[in-house]
Amino acid sequence: MQEEPFDFGQEAADFAARQAGMGAVVTFSGIVRDLEGGGLQAMEIEHYPGMTEKAIAQIAEQAAARWHTGDILVIHRHGALAPGEMIMMVATAAPHRADAFQAAEFLMDFLKSRAPFWKKEVTRDSTGWVAAKDADEDALARW
Amino acid sequence: MDVLYFAWVRERIGQPKDRIETQAATVRDLVEELRAREDRYAAAFSDLSALRVAIDQELSDFDAPLSGAREVAFFPPMTGG
Repeated sequence: MQEEPFDFGQEAADFAARQAGMGAVVTFSGIVRDLEGGGLQAMEIEHYPGMTEKAIAQIAEQAAARWHTGDILVIHRHGALAPGEMIMMVATAAPHRADAFQAAEFLMDFLKSRAPFWKKEVTRDSTGWVAAKDADEDALARW
Repeated sequence: MDVLYFAWVRERIGQPKDRIETQAATVRDLVEELRAREDRYAAAFSDLSALRVAIDQELSDFDAPLSGAREVAFFPPMTGG
């Protein structure tokens, strides 16, 4: 968890360099999406200090128990972010790509609706909390 | 017991936290006590289906017992990632 930006390329390269014996690294990054037609001034990300770290660690432990993985990296920012800024990234390593891909998808599905984060969109005229989507909850069922 | 609020629950209540003494047996009982405090609490807790709860930083449910709980948090469904 951090408020400041991170260097996705550097984080991915450093992560990959640590994975002795692994043949695959999968990375995902989430960025702040502007509203259709523009106008988003900021995306404010609130979290629950303490529980956030625990929830992410539990999700990563579940992924590591389920697939044959090397390390798992999760970086997630909080605070006010501008459109185009990176919100978060995950990286997974595995001997073969199928495990790395699946573990990364699992992590993302669970981080989306089981880690205590809330997003608020700020435009010049209004602010509004982003509502959770049914599809995000449904996505958990496939695991 | 510390009771924490996040996102629009925090905004509706107007503060991030309460420290309360309670004999509530379950989360639902605690919600009833909070609703009775003031209108802003009643407004925040008007629709429990729109809320999630964590007990001592683990996701839980409204029928869960509160015995021994030190921290209870209320918040809307999460939107991470």
